[in-house]
Amino acid sequence: MQNQNKQTNRSLLGKDRVLAAALLLATGSVSAEYGLNFPEPAANVAQEIFDIHMMTMGIATFLLCIVFAIVFYSLYFHRKSRGYEADQEFHNSWFGNWSWVIVPVMVLGVDLTIAGKADAVLKKVWDVPKEENIMDVKVTGHQWWWEFDYLDHDIKVESRYVPEEESGDLYLREVDNRLVLPTGVKIRFLHTSADVLHAFWVPELAVKKDAIPGYVTETWAELNREGVFRGQCAELCGTWHSRMPIVVESVSQEKFAAWVDDQKAVKIAAAAEASADKTWSMDELMAKGKPLYETKCGACHQATGMGLPPAFPALKGSALTIGPIADHLNIVLNGKEGTAMQPWNSLNDLEIAAIVTYERNAWDNNTGDVVQPADVKQAR
Amino acid sequence: MSTTTLSHDEAHHHDAPKGWKRWLFSTNHKDIGTLYLLFALTMLFLGGASAMLIRMELFMPGIQMLDPDLYNNLVTNHALIMIFGAVMPAAAGLANWMIPMMIGAPDMALPRMNNLSFWVLPAAATMLILSFVVPFFPGGGTQINTGWTLYPPLSVQVGMSMDFLIFAVHLLGISSVLASINIIVTLLNMRAPGMSLFKMPMFCWTWLVTAFLLILVVPVLAGGVTMLLFDRHFGTSFFDAAGGGDPVLFQHLFWFFGHPEVYILLLPSIGVLSHVIPAFARKPLFGYKSMVGAMLAVATIGMVVWAHHQYTIGMSLGAVTYFMIGTILISIPVGLMIFNFIATMWRGAMTFETPMLFAVGIVLMFTFGGLSGVMLAVVPADMQYHDSMFVVAHFHYVLMPGAVFGLFAGVFYWLPKWTGHMYDEKLGKLFFWINVISFNITFFPQHFLGLAGMPRRIVDYNMIFTEFNVVSSIGAMVFGLSHLLFLYIIIKTIRGGKKAEKRAWEGAKGLEWELDSPPAFHTWTVAPQIK
Amino acid sequence: MSVKEHSGDYFIPEPSPWPIIGMASLLMTLFGGALAMNGVSIGSFLVIAGLLLFFVLLYGWFRDVIGENLSDCYNKQVDTSFRMGMFWFIASEVFFFLTFFGSLYYIRNIALPWLGGEGYLGVTNEILYNGFEAVWPSHGPGELGGDFQPMGAWGIPALNTLILLTSGATITWAHWGLKIDNQKQLVWGLIATIALGLLFVGFQAYEYGHAYSDLNLTLETGAYGSTFYMLTGFHGFHVTMGAVMLMAILGRSMKSHFSAHNHFAFEAVAWYWHFVDVVWLGLFVFVYWL
Ligand code: HEA
Ligand code: HEA
Ligand code: HEC
Ligand code: CUA
Ligand SMILES: [Cu+2]
Repeated sequence: MQNQNKQTNRSLLGKDRVLAAALLLATGSVSAEYGLNFPEPAANVAQEIFDIHMMTMGIATFLLCIVFAIVFYSLYFHRKSRGYEADQEFHNSWFGNWSWVIVPVMVLGVDLTIAGKADAVLKKVWDVPKEENIMDVKVTGHQWWWEFDYLDHDIKVESRYVPEEESGDLYLREVDNRLVLPTGVKIRFLHTSADVLHAFWVPELAVKKDAIPGYVTETWAELNREGVFRGQCAELCGTWHSRMPIVVESVSQEKFAAWVDDQKAVKIAAAAEASADKTWSMDELMAKGKPLYETKCGACHQATGMGLPPAFPALKGSALTIGPIADHLNIVLNGKEGTAMQPWNSLNDLEIAAIVTYERNAWDNNTGDVVQPADVKQAR
Repeated sequence: MSTTTLSHDEAHHHDAPKGWKRWLFSTNHKDIGTLYLLFALTMLFLGGASAMLIRMELFMPGIQMLDPDLYNNLVTNHALIMIFGAVMPAAAGLANWMIPMMIGAPDMALPRMNNLSFWVLPAAATMLILSFVVPFFPGGGTQINTGWTLYPPLSVQVGMSMDFLIFAVHLLGISSVLASINIIVTLLNMRAPGMSLFKMPMFCWTWLVTAFLLILVVPVLAGGVTMLLFDRHFGTSFFDAAGGGDPVLFQHLFWFFGHPEVYILLLPSIGVLSHVIPAFARKPLFGYKSMVGAMLAVATIGMVVWAHHQYTIGMSLGAVTYFMIGTILISIPVGLMIFNFIATMWRGAMTFETPMLFAVGIVLMFTFGGLSGVMLAVVPADMQYHDSMFVVAHFHYVLMPGAVFGLFAGVFYWLPKWTGHMYDEKLGKLFFWINVISFNITFFPQHFLGLAGMPRRIVDYNMIFTEFNVVSSIGAMVFGLSHLLFLYIIIKTIRGGKKAEKRAWEGAKGLEWELDSPPAFHTWTVAPQIK
Repeated sequence: MSVKEHSGDYFIPEPSPWPIIGMASLLMTLFGGALAMNGVSIGSFLVIAGLLLFFVLLYGWFRDVIGENLSDCYNKQVDTSFRMGMFWFIASEVFFFLTFFGSLYYIRNIALPWLGGEGYLGVTNEILYNGFEAVWPSHGPGELGGDFQPMGAWGIPALNTLILLTSGATITWAHWGLKIDNQKQLVWGLIATIALGLLFVGFQAYEYGHAYSDLNLTLETGAYGSTFYMLTGFHGFHVTMGAVMLMAILGRSMKSHFSAHNHFAFEAVAWYWHFVDVVWLGLFVFVYWL
């Protein structure tokens, strides 16, 4: 990761990169420094995967060199312009008669080498170890953000991309809330999706797994060094597929424990606020609603409320946002099947009340309606 | 062979019908072949233009000119147009022109159906283009942002343009199946007396296998998209877990078609090479029988390894191991083919006219792409490569050399036969060199992008990926423009040039070279006897 | 290779307008279909016009073929081409149906157990659908389409099996008649086959009605409803097409178009009918019975 930060101010087409590319081609050697190859692995499975990648790339480079060498030899020496006469009986020679056995056997040999090594690695990395104290993290892909549920700690992190103005050079590689994970602990990721396919991919962890709506797939990793590792959603998931970065912050176990306590405290405070039987004023709800709306709904309906028609309708002046409150609450709570509009019922009553109030009064919608958490509770 | 004489005098006239009817109503394999080729060329430029837009967008980080949905709409259309519009019809065009001439048949076995299989294509292209433009009309719904793989549930979210696309796929399927039936029947039933299967020219063999593959896998794609259509409109839940279905089922159906499809794209070009290399090495194809065997092996193994496109969907260890080993084993027959080509060149007396240049280029660069394919086949490593630009680099390295360059080689090789004129050799060579160099500049850097962590199908990227994207885009512009030269050469050749002999190339073998250049409207009305 | 002249001939038809009309009709139908499915009203009109054109095309095309055949344009080789063509067409249809059978297998034996907590992705059940049990017939953890009853095998479906099998026998009987130039046997055999085919379609329609009104088994009934209607529906469609083709053949038989040695059209339709028959057996076993 430091090398990624370092790279950002490099000139276009840095000469060293081109050179390294040429080198890589020539020798199959790799310099992680230049971002020509996978970044340095940060988990035990990743190291194995990196090694097999290097091995197959080596074999491939070697075979390619052989083919090039033979072809170029032939191109040079077996030319008519050099006066070479074609050997019409070559295919009837001993070699010609048996090459259909010799060549496949040789290729099979290489194939089995690759497959054998790959199989050994697979056995180690593929299935999640059956251990009691494995840490479960449920990773849910949403259009277009990630939800991380720490099932063992009862906390949840919502992770969204940060706009360019704030993230600068890390644009599309930075999120608001990172996935914080401890080193030295086996972690089981449970991947699923709330809407369409996504895929969780952080090169340093070397696990990529599709998030399939309605199904749960598993991967695992054990981080072996601290650091910040960046990846992206790797399965086309619609409009903002490019805006689903994943940032893993790998920390020591002590730091992780402290972080968990923090998160819990925040959560308890939020729950307390939401359950307080209080009637909220318009201003309070609007103030709460604006940031909530902008993070959670803004990707589609835009901060301006104008949406991105035809994919995402404008909420400014829409029939639902200035019409009956019940219909408005209904679509927010239940979503609309077959569209990108998902049910938002995992938000608490206060949050929904704030968002809906905001939507009904922002951008000249000015309905003057104030929706209270109690109304939301009733509508659920 | 029966000797009944025909009472119909029309059956014997040898002149081409005149005017527009000649083209619209044709039952002549050469005319239909020409139509196929012209259609393919048009589509190549359409698909190429979308590729240029894609590369312009990726030239720099940030969203330049295409909004994200439009970007992926272009990607979808680029892939479908290139594969179904350019490469497959071009290969079918070569088949139409050459197969009857090569096997000494008067025409395709079912000439009227031949015309139908061509004319369904423009209809399909219309639907495909509509699927692209419909969203720009009011009420046209959202754009197709799914990529050519059309995975649900994303493809269920898309608006009505997806229905146009689904029907376009149906039409393309109808066209391919009809064309394949025709080719199989022609090859099995119309060979000149004495031409046993194992005397058949290799191009015919490759098409025989290709046509079998098409008949087996295209209906599966048609079935898959039909289920998608039902999920979209009629409330079924094939691909919806809530109803007990599974989105991944669609992926299995798609790739059950999709993987054999890549060999469908590859094999006709292998067939072309099997003619070009011997002709310019002036010695017979090395390993005719092993070539046939290899091809059958590719087709067979190719049918049962589809899930290597889906290693990340959560398959059991047993399943991934099976698919991995199966996929890696394909390197055996394909390796044998490449070996046979090299052995054909070996100890030949080679000259390097444009078709041969392309042939050599294919052997080298297809091997490159094939080897990166084997890297992808290794499951643990594919956990990294999958859906990254590395995959994009792989498949353009196999698709451009493996399929498109092969077709270019075929066009240059047979152009003298078709038009009766030699093309301009200097320009041909120039085209080859620009083409091949800019091709590598375009796609080689994409390997590094993938390894560095750039996913595919993204409209916007972080600045660490800038350099290679710049190189790639510049290469792509040169590459794209070089095809204008190709067009120019073809037009120039059609309009004139040195007269081509019957046997346009010194080393060319086969029945097609016994015919005049250009051949008469009806050829081999009397079948040649092969000894 | 050396080349010697050899006399032979093959019938190359005249330039024909039908293929391009075929394109027009397909385009019109599907374009209309896409519009209609999205509620654009002109769509259904286009679909109907396109289908009409399609039937005009079929009529015209086959009229030409029949004309050529009757005026002895075809030789043995042409006949073989037609046979092979039909054979490979049916092969492609087989794969079309295998897609749906394969999907049924996948959903029933692979995906559903995952949802129910068995197999490689069994963890799905623990995380998302605690308490859901996978038993076929199923409408999934979302219980889509509401409560339903599955379709039993031993009522109408069994009867339909019998009907189709009998029709396979009657068409063979008709063929025997044709081979011994027994016009009467041919015609009555065909009439019986068509009648049985229509009876089958009728029963099938009745069964659908019953499923919709009494069993609440609809297209929306999750995976079970989806696969059930997809498989039986496409099959029913093929039976209908087969019956139409049989009627055409019946007409030609009555006009004595076929001779004991030259009756490819009859055989093509018979193959098709047997194919449809075999698909039904698959359906009966995998969709209704097991
Ligand atoms: C013409 C098209 C074509 C061809 C011929 C191939 C050929 C091969 N492909 Fe490729 N492939 C595609 C087109 C093609 N592919 C496309 C379009 C995609 C992406 C689709 C999408 O997702 O949109 C894809 C994706 C793709 C993937 C999925 C990647 C991913 O999404 O994660 C994989 C994985 O296994 C793969 C593997 C292979 C292999 C093993 C071969 C083999 O057939 C290659 C065999 C050839 C050689 C190996 C070289 C010659 C042999 C020798 C010199 C002998 C010695 C060799 C050895 C001992 C190894 N391909
Ligand atoms: C046979 C198939 C084929 C062919 C020939 C090509 C050719 C090209 N492809 Fe294609 N491509 C695919 C099949 C093919 N591709 C597939 C299957 C995908 C995956 C889609 C998906 O993810 O769903 C893909 C995706 C794909 C991507 C990845 C997009 C992404 O994932 O974000 C890119 C990006 O660089 C790309 C680029 C190119 C380029 C530059 C060419 C060049 O070779 C094109 C060369 C140009 C021409 C042949 C025409 C010449 C045109 C002119 C001269 C007109 C001049 C006009 C202007 C300059 C505007 N392609
Ligand atoms: C992933 C994209 C996405 C996100 C995020 C999203 N929506 Fe939507 N929303 C949609 C789409 C698509 C529709 C249109 C559905 C349809 O076709 O009727 C929609 C429709 C609506 C409508 C009805 C508008 C109308 O005129 O029909 C409301 C109200 C709404 N969303 C509120 C919200 C709120 C509140 C949030 C955040 C808590 C939110 N949306 C987040 C995609 C999104
Ligand atoms: Cu989420 Cu791509
Ligand atoms: Cu493949």
